[in-house]
Amino acid sequence: MNGTTGTFSRLRSAFASSPLAKTALVVLGGLYLAAVLAGWLAPYGMDDESRGHSWAPPSSWHWVDGRPSIHPVSYTFDENARRVYVEDSSRAVPVRLFVNGRLFGLDSLEAAATSEGGASARLYLLGADARGRDLLSRLLYGSRVSLSIGIVGVSISTLIALVVGGLAGFFGGWVDRLLMRLCEVFMLIPAFYLLMLLRATLPLDWDSRVVYLSIVLILSFIGWAGLARVIRGLVQSLRSADYIVAARALGVPPLVILRRHALPQTFGFLAIQATLSIPGYVVAESGLSLLGLGIQDPQTSWGNLLQEAMSIAEIRLHPWSLIPGLFLFAAVLSYNLAGDALRDALDPRSDR
Amino acid sequence: MIPMLLGVSIIAFGLLSLSPGDPLAAQRGNPQVPDELIRRIERQYGFDKPVPEQYLRWLGRVVQGDLGYSFKFKRPVADVIAERMAATLLLALFSTLLTWFLAVPLGVWSALRRSEWPDQVVSVLAFVGMSLPSFFLALLLLYGASVLPELPLIGRIPIGGLVSPGFDQLGPVARVLDVLKHLLLPGVVLAIGGLAGLQRVARGSTLETLSQPYILAARARGLSDRRVLWGHAFRNAANPLITLLGFEFSALLSGAAFTEIITSWPGMGLVALEAVRSKDMFLVMATVLMGSLLLLIGNLLADILHAWNDPRVKLS
Repeated sequence: MNGTTGTFSRLRSAFASSPLAKTALVVLGGLYLAAVLAGWLAPYGMDDESRGHSWAPPSSWHWVDGRPSIHPVSYTFDENARRVYVEDSSRAVPVRLFVNGRLFGLDSLEAAATSEGGASARLYLLGADARGRDLLSRLLYGSRVSLSIGIVGVSISTLIALVVGGLAGFFGGWVDRLLMRLCEVFMLIPAFYLLMLLRATLPLDWDSRVVYLSIVLILSFIGWAGLARVIRGLVQSLRSADYIVAARALGVPPLVILRRHALPQTFGFLAIQATLSIPGYVVAESGLSLLGLGIQDPQTSWGNLLQEAMSIAEIRLHPWSLIPGLFLFAAVLSYNLAGDALRDALDPRSDR
Repeated sequence: MIPMLLGVSIIAFGLLSLSPGDPLAAQRGNPQVPDELIRRIERQYGFDKPVPEQYLRWLGRVVQGDLGYSFKFKRPVADVIAERMAATLLLALFSTLLTWFLAVPLGVWSALRRSEWPDQVVSVLAFVGMSLPSFFLALLLLYGASVLPELPLIGRIPIGGLVSPGFDQLGPVARVLDVLKHLLLPGVVLAIGGLAGLQRVARGSTLETLSQPYILAARARGLSDRRVLWGHAFRNAANPLITLLGFEFSALLSGAAFTEIITSWPGMGLVALEAVRSKDMFLVMATVLMGSLLLLIGNLLADILHAWNDPRVKLS
């Protein structure tokens, strides 16, 4: 490991020399900022439904009186019993900035007035779902779950790996054998099956916060074993280092040596490893929610939103329900690009 | 190998017995099933006994080759698994072949054109492929296939399942073609997912091999670039790739699950989901055990292939 300044300048030069990695950082920063500000950026609340706008397509913009506006819409059914939306072009509702305590949206009074055909105005930048909820707003609220779960999950599994790998590597003997056999058994169960098994032990109909927590726990349970083995190897090689032997001779208790002197040596490696594995957690949460085993409506996440696109008939009728997947893709791609630059900067072996 | 599988079965059985729900719920709710029968099934499978005893009874039956009965499919578990395993292996084989035919030439090509535009384009594409979650890619391709007009040779690309309706009436050649057509979508999804990693390894390994002294020596003797690459460098560069083959195959078992579910390919992933959803105890146990077994075999395969291609490695 280099000193802090060396590491920092290597990091900076790695990101400065790669425009892709820089862009990735900006995209990630934007996504996280949007997640934090979701309550203000989203034109509607998370569960704000409008039954009259079931599957409304993205609103089309019109320029009325020098202002961007939208027309109220209402639907009828065509001969194939498909919903067709028609605009009431006699009335235009302007899209305003800083309205209803949010960044943008329709003024609630102006939007509430219904026209003769029963059409009312609602702003859908990316379309609506079956209950007429705004996809953009749900995407923004959902990004809170999707983007946080990776970081929380990685932290927990790194913590488990540190404890297990540290104990096994430092004490050796039967502790080591027992813990490592346990790791190997867990690594032998293919991730998807372990995911299914763990999910089966927890009921679905809990409070949303509990569901979030249990999903985080499940995800952390999958990643820890491989990491624990690597940490064990690192700690094992440190055990005979002079300063550890010296600390022992001075009578420092073993657990203090492990916590204060041995484990901190693995942190540089762990930082890279954690960044590289975050996208895996993000995808796993989305997959779980996509199968209906994760975050439950009305709470939302990108995977949960993508559930609307699960059947081919649904995608053909409302292709905009695929949009959450694009956000997922952007986040994972950015994480991968940034992680790659990080690895190049911090891992001396990767000089190519 | 056996102790590891025992460990897996204990963990899986323990987790399942923690899970709420009743494997016989459907039968209990059905007024046509007499209580007497349910009690008999309970006694037969030991559902009324404590968990450790249930586990030992299950283990005893498995050792004798009886994987139990699937309450969801109303067939012996072994039959269900055999059918689904064949589908998963077929898919894994197809997509592995596809990945290799694409990734290895791409990797070698970008190594030869290092830092030029082909290398950069391929590496960006590889990142894109690596970052597309398989389920999203599957949904995108499903959408693409559904809006695609009829193609000249293939006709419409089927959007899910293993065979078309009316498969039984087809001749042998038409049957093979039908299954191949159905393989196309899930196979491409999995191939794109695996492509990126393999291409990067192929590129790195080719670059490393090309910088070796014996390559320089071969060049100095005036061999053509083509002979140097395919006659001398390639087999050595392929070493790490061949090791990957086994791991790749076992990774497919787990990674294929989402693709299987979305394209309704009737493989192990789909059956695992169905089994967990309906609390079909014996079926869940069997899928987990088979998945782990395949993973073990994949790792073993990787070791054997590695030893076969690299004389420096000896199997102990």
